[in-house]
This record gives sequence, structure tokens and C-alpha cells, in this order.
Amino acid sequence: MLAKRIIPCLDIKDGTTVKGVNFVNFRDAGDPVELGAQYSRDGADELVYLDITASHEGRKTFTELVKKVAANINIPFTVGGGIYELKDVDRLLNAGADKVSINSAAIRTPELIEEIARNFGSQVCVVAIDANLENDQWVCYLNGGRIPTDKYLFDWAKEAESRGAGEILFTSMTHDGVKQGYPNDALTTLADSLHIPIIASGGAGKMEHFRDTFVEGKSDAALAASVFHFGEIGIKDLKQYLHEEGINVRL
Amino acid sequence: MDVAIVNYNAGNIYSVDYALKRLGITSVVTADPEILCKADKVIFPGVGEASTTMEYLKEHKLDELIKGLRQPVLGICLGMQLMCRFSEEGAADCMNIFDTEVKRFIPEKHEDKVPHMGWNMLTDVQTALFTPELENQFVYFVHSYYVPVNENTAATTNYILPFSAALQKDNFYATQFHPEKSGSVGEVILKNFLSI
Repeated sequence: MLAKRIIPCLDIKDGTTVKGVNFVNFRDAGDPVELGAQYSRDGADELVYLDITASHEGRKTFTELVKKVAANINIPFTVGGGIYELKDVDRLLNAGADKVSINSAAIRTPELIEEIARNFGSQVCVVAIDANLENDQWVCYLNGGRIPTDKYLFDWAKEAESRGAGEILFTSMTHDGVKQGYPNDALTTLADSLHIPIIASGGAGKMEHFRDTFVEGKSDAALAASVFHFGEIGIKDLKQYLHEEGINVRL
Repeated sequence: MDVAIVNYNAGNIYSVDYALKRLGITSVVTADPEILCKADKVIFPGVGEASTTMEYLKEHKLDELIKGLRQPVLGICLGMQLMCRFSEEGAADCMNIFDTEVKRFIPEKHEDKVPHMGWNMLTDVQTALFTPELENQFVYFVHSYYVPVNENTAATTNYILPFSAALQKDNFYATQFHPEKSGSVGEVILKNFLSI
């Protein structure tokens, strides 16, 4: 049986790892390659590296980092941030990334999903969606949660799937950094309406939250950052806990 | 030991090179027939689409070359599928090292997502590729097509149905999963291959 995946996310700014609370107020959480290697040894199933400043700054540093990650880490990893066109995807895959995650670019140019799927395969294309719960509607945002759009989570996720997305990474801006758990109702709706894996992101504060998103939220994978970076939850302990709770994880 | 990785128009070839480097092995990524034939071990990786990749291999006569190799050969993912007789992906006639078809996963229920992507378990492990401690260990898969269980099956994994996680016949070894991305378990499998 396919295992549920635990994915630490490393937000990268100027070559170091940072993690924000509700997308602002960054704190330093260490060297990205070393941190990734440690997570891999602890049993992380995949890693995500997000270049959070890519929209504003050069991305040579990040590409160099991707090469270092590929050389040093023996589990799959996804990179995102600053991907606008196919040649960005080509550059990052060539640097050794296994998948790319596109967010703002997918909303602005939905055809990019099709181009990635056609050129590299759907399995390479993770569509990340940042959405905020406003008057009972999940409003999708651009540019790391700074600009609201006229797209709504469920419709947009469905469209992304039909265009060739291989996975959906849904970050709830409402829950991110608040540590009160994942938005399992919205995740269940996604899981019931899509045929591609869903990665839950934003809201993990304790181990029960991971169990709940796998059981109640029907998520295929759970992503978190600060609880791992600051050692509040150890990945080994988390997987042991999930195993004891009857969830199929890789130990 | 000389290890050659077949260089062709497939994705992620260098991740195998990186994985070997982590084991302290320097490999050469090449399409040169002479180097491939002389190597002690040959790895045939692959991420991509079967029919276009097969066309490329035929055009460059790499299909006959791989089929004629006598040293241990390891096909990975698409590499393994191309070593079979026929793939439903683009209705491709492949190398026929393993006399079996490659079929597309057909979901049986809503939860059966295709591609099969993530970590799944190895069972019924056989051959020199798998030491006994690898039974029930998890490895990393990304694929939409599978090889049914057959007489060359060297390990089985269950997703929608039991399928071949690995194949072996004579000097040809192949894995559907990515040992180069399968953590420490994958490293053991690569080491086992290198010590055949």
C-alpha cells in the first residue's frame, strides 16, 4: 500500500532557510542542504524548497542551491518560487530537482501547466495554491499571499488537474503558522473531487494534526515547516506516532 | 570499477550519477558504444514517454547495443519498461529483453490515483539485487504504466494490483522504482547491483 508522505518545506531566502508566521516576520532556521539531509536521515519522504524571494530577486543562487541539494540528498525533492515559463522549469529540472511547484505563474498563465505536463510529464508538475477563507469562500492569492484573485480553490484545483497538474499543494493562509491543524473539510472536498494526490499545507502544530489530515482530510501528504525546523516535532517520532495510529507510513 | 550510465534523451539521468557519487563511485554518462560495451556495469535510467524514447534509441542504435550487453545491466523506471517487449504507452515495440507487456494502471476506485507516486513496499524479493533485509522495505515510485507479475519478476509491489517492482533475466536487472531516490534502502540496492 502506498505510504502517506511527510514533507518538510524549506523556505529559502538568499540561500538560507526561513519560515514565516502567516507569511510575514521571518526567522532563520538554518542551512538548507544540511537541514534537508538531516530530514532525509530522520525519515522525511520528500522535501520542498521554495525560493520565496524569487519574484523580486535574481535566482542564480537558488539554482546553485538546487544542484547542491541534488548532489547531497537521496530522496525526491520539489522546487518552487520564481517559475514563470518553461525555461525556468527546464533549468530547475536540469539542476536536479524531481518536481517543480508553480503557483502565481499557473494562475496568470494556466497554459504553463499543460506545457510542463507535455514536455516533462504530469508527475513533474505540482500546482501550489495559496487560499484564504473569506466569507465561506476559499479565495486564491498570488505572489506569496499578497494579491487576491478572482479564482476560488475548488474550481481552480479542478482546472489545474484537467490541464495536467500531477499534484495539488494546498496552503491555507488562514491556518498557516497558526498551528491549530490543517483545513480538513476543504481538503476532503479536494480529495473527493480530484484524481491526483493532495498535499496539505499550513497549520500543523502537533502530531495529532498530521493524523487528522490523513484520516479526516484524506490527504496523501502533509507538509510543514516551523514545527520541524524548530524541533517542536521530530520526524522520527511523528512517523512512529502515525504508525501506532494505524496510518501507513514509511518507517 | 567502470560504471557507465546510458545517455539519451531522457530526464533525470544525472540523479543516478549523483547517487553513485554518494556511494563513492565515479561513473561516466555516455552514448559511446565502445565505452558502454567495455564498462563493468551499465545503468539504463529513464524518465519520459515510451514511444518517443524508443524511437530515439532505435535511431541511435542504442536498443540493439543494450540488448547485446553481456555485463550486468540495470534498467530504472522507463528504462525497465523499454527493456520489455511492448508498451501500451504510445503502442511502442520495445527491446524484448523481458518477454512481457507494459500496461497502463486502470483505477478501480476513486482513491486509486494514477500515476502511482510515492513510497511503496517491496515484497517477494529475489535475485542478487535484493538482500533478504529488503523484504517489506519502502522504495520510491513514479509511474503510470506497470509490468504485470511474470516469470522474470524479481520483486513485487501492490498498487491497485500486484505488479513487478523489479525484473531479472540473465545479466539484465531492472527496477520500476527509483533506487537513486529511495533513501538508504535505494543505496543498498545500488550497492548490491554494483557487487554482482
